[in-house]
Amino acid sequence: MSASSPYVEIHSLKKSFGLKPVLRGIDLTVEAGERAALLGPNGAGKTTLLRILAALTKPNGGRVSIAGRDIVEDAQQVRSLVGFVAHQPYLYDELTALENLLFFARMYSVRNGRERALALLSRVGLERKAGERAGTLSRGQAQRLSLARALLHSPRLLLLDEPDTGLDEEGNALLETFLAEHRSQGGTILFTTHRLERALALSDSILMLNNGRVVYRRPTHELEPESVRQVYQEVLR
Amino acid sequence: MSFWTQVWAILWKDVRCELRSRQVWLGMGLFALLVLVIFNFAFDLRVDNKAAVAPGALWVAFIFASLLGLGRTIAAEREKGSLDRLLLCPVDRKAIYLAKLLGNMLFIGVVEIIALPVFAALFNIPLFTGPLLLIVLAGTLGIASVGTLFSAMAAATSARDVLLPILVFPLIVPVVIGAVRATGVLMVPAGPSPNEPPWLSLMIAFDIIFLSVSMLTFEYVIEE
Repeated sequence: MSASSPYVEIHSLKKSFGLKPVLRGIDLTVEAGERAALLGPNGAGKTTLLRILAALTKPNGGRVSIAGRDIVEDAQQVRSLVGFVAHQPYLYDELTALENLLFFARMYSVRNGRERALALLSRVGLERKAGERAGTLSRGQAQRLSLARALLHSPRLLLLDEPDTGLDEEGNALLETFLAEHRSQGGTILFTTHRLERALALSDSILMLNNGRVVYRRPTHELEPESVRQVYQEVLR
Repeated sequence: MSFWTQVWAILWKDVRCELRSRQVWLGMGLFALLVLVIFNFAFDLRVDNKAAVAPGALWVAFIFASLLGLGRTIAAEREKGSLDRLLLCPVDRKAIYLAKLLGNMLFIGVVEIIALPVFAALFNIPLFTGPLLLIVLAGTLGIASVGTLFSAMAAATSARDVLLPILVFPLIVPVVIGAVRATGVLMVPAGPSPNEPPWLSLMIAFDIIFLSVSMLTFEYVIEE
């Protein structure tokens, strides 16, 4: 990847499930170090877009590259660059919090995996829960553990699908701290949310997706909150 | 991380989860024992027809119990969403297949270790010989290799419990025939007839075919 090329490049991306088109030709770029918020009504294609970027779902058409690597042909390299937080924690309930992190540390070949896992457990405030099974954690605690797992291998691109689901105030503050840290280290972030205020506060650019297409994109610093609120209400209708 | 380290890590995780939840092993084991007990009462097992009936009863118990476990292997992970998390990792899909296969063989193997002495006692057959272990191993590999692949396929559908046996039974017929006949040969005191086909070799050949095809196609089955 050259120094000037975007970190995430999407050209004419299409995805259908059966006969139902979900993404109808997305063109989008996200620069390295940028925090982009993805808004849109339910069924707009936000989660599908993130899943494709995480090399979890294959597109039907178009081209997507992350750090210059094609997400279909170089899927394994792309996966090692990406950290993904879904709106559900998706942990192994029978494993303890620490065992969950250790397992994924091995999957991502994290050096000093145990030290890294323990440090992250401490960062998300779960050091006392390290030996407890993930299935016994509260929804918010499980989401924090999910956040720690996503950061385990120090990914360059964070994909967050409604990451604040189930988080309390303290958890949300923690999430914001992690996002700020990730950005200060040059990391790129793409996150979905239904909360416009949150999107405005945490992002450098606002993207709106509707009916499988990007219908709005503006840098956050150029936006008047009231005008963007009106646009968002239009999109939601 | 090397391929085998990935296989080991996933296998360790699956075994640990199963040891703590005990969802699959207990169900499979009890089911196999119940089938053997029912067959013992259902069939007229005189000395002259034991070799014809007993191997079939044993393998039917193994296959039905195996399908109970195979159905849960990937379906449980998919239902919980943790399969997506595993697929997000930069892990060779063949490593995931092999780990799941080895886990299934381990679960089925434990059930067989419990069921074999019960079978020997109920049917009054001295079975514990070296060749029997080889036959059981080859039969288990055949069932598990096909079953692991199709459990991944069936897990993506809502009718997985019905679909899995429909997909797996026809494909494992050659291995089942070989396993039943090879086990039957062990029960004939006079030894195998000269015209008896080399059942164990045939089973191993089918195992190699099933394993190779399953490993090559698993990636396309598991990914969206």
